[in-house]
Amino acid sequence: MSEKELIVQKIVEGTVIDHIEAGKALHVLSVLGISGEEGKVITIAMNVPSKKYGKKDIIKIENAYLSPEITNKISLISPHTTVNIIKNYKVVEKRAIEIPDEFVGIFKCPNPNCITNSEETMATKFYVPSKNPPLLRCKYCGRIYSPNEVM
Amino acid sequence: MAKLNPFKNKDVILIKDFTRDDLFYLFQKADKIERMPERDRICLLNGKILGYLFFEPSTRTRLSFEAAMLWLGGRTLGFAEPKVSSVEKGESLADTIRTVENYVDVIVMRHSKDGAASFAAEIASKPLINGGSGTEEHPTQAMLDLYTIIKEKGSIDNLKIGLLGDLKYGRTVYSLLYGLSKFNVEVKLISHPILRVRREIFFDLEKKVKISEHDNLEEILPDLDVLYVTRIQKERFPDLSEYERVKSSYNVNLKILQKAKDDLIILHPFPRIDEISPEVDSSPHAKYFKQMLNGRILRSALLASILDVPF
Ligand SMILES: [Zn+2]
Repeated sequence: MSEKELIVQKIVEGTVIDHIEAGKALHVLSVLGISGEEGKVITIAMNVPSKKYGKKDIIKIENAYLSPEITNKISLISPHTTVNIIKNYKVVEKRAIEIPDEFVGIFKCPNPNCITNSEETMATKFYVPSKNPPLLRCKYCGRIYSPNEVM
Repeated sequence: MAKLNPFKNKDVILIKDFTRDDLFYLFQKADKIERMPERDRICLLNGKILGYLFFEPSTRTRLSFEAAMLWLGGRTLGFAEPKVSSVEKGESLADTIRTVENYVDVIVMRHSKDGAASFAAEIASKPLINGGSGTEEHPTQAMLDLYTIIKEKGSIDNLKIGLLGDLKYGRTVYSLLYGLSKFNVEVKLISHPILRVRREIFFDLEKKVKISEHDNLEEILPDLDVLYVTRIQKERFPDLSEYERVKSSYNVNLKILQKAKDDLIILHPFPRIDEISPEVDSSPHAKYFKQMLNGRILRSALLASILDVPF
């Protein structure tokens, strides 16, 4: 199947996550917290030929619009990913995934003694002190983590 | 021209937040307060109240802050352990802060959780001093450590400073390292391999200060100008068998000190267990009791600066 054909099979409404690093689609889904039990129609294509990267993965989620705060999480495992929001067959928004300067309320701090794990009303906050390779630092306990430690 | 007060209404959470100049400002104020006639000194914080919230008991730090406040004619109120407070009944940290800040002018807080002080300072509208949070930082301890080194050695630059003991969990170690990174020093970290400093230190300080890691104290000792000894803190070990393995790794005694420079000074944030033998107390190297006295003086200067009273 060519890249073209896949893109042609457009969905009516939803989110298309494209140019995922080959083989990482399942990891991306788990980072997004999508298990499939939500009942949405999800199409996953893995190791699809790609002109730009040789191979890539694609995820299509129908009738769900993922916010930048959520999709930016993907930047930590697959930096060149793009996100297309589809409404009525049309791409209404196309965005490149960026590593933000901070993640607020997205990850749980892995340090069991961190105050963010005992104060219930509190949002976690991670700074990104380095983007290449990406590192995360808890604003409160100051610990530094690699992305796979917090995801 | 008088220097602007960099501590006015400021939270004191991490020593990183203060510059070398800020620290010197504080040290000068501490010298000034120490020399002040009693009748002037006891009026400085007249009518001001320090609230102390010790979610984790620490008699030494609390007494030092209380003494610092009383010494300037201020008053204190608070709790010395969570058992007697509503925290025991499940009140959140945020609610405790919002309650207490109505009654006081400045807060000192100690907490066992990492990052608790940063969080509390976000909530509080009154200035908040971190009296130790988790394994993370204890900034006023580092300030008084640096103050003691300056008083004893005249300067901090160009010294070789050894940090010994529990470098992984000892929060005073982290604050002191960040404090020392503002000076031109060489730091030697001496510990059992499982008690090495956390990687954040190298991430933050590798380019700012010369740091090396060692496990043999006797080899390093002849080089040092300052030896900073810390207690191995049983309560911070997630695994007690690990504690049993390392608990008596080092002992500083008169015999080993024969290898040291004559003017080596030994500091310790206290309390101690067996890492410094009592026989060392009367040697000219021992400065840890002076260090405690300096603690009260420095904390007085800090409180007066935060509350911005003229002196
Ligand atoms: Zn944390």
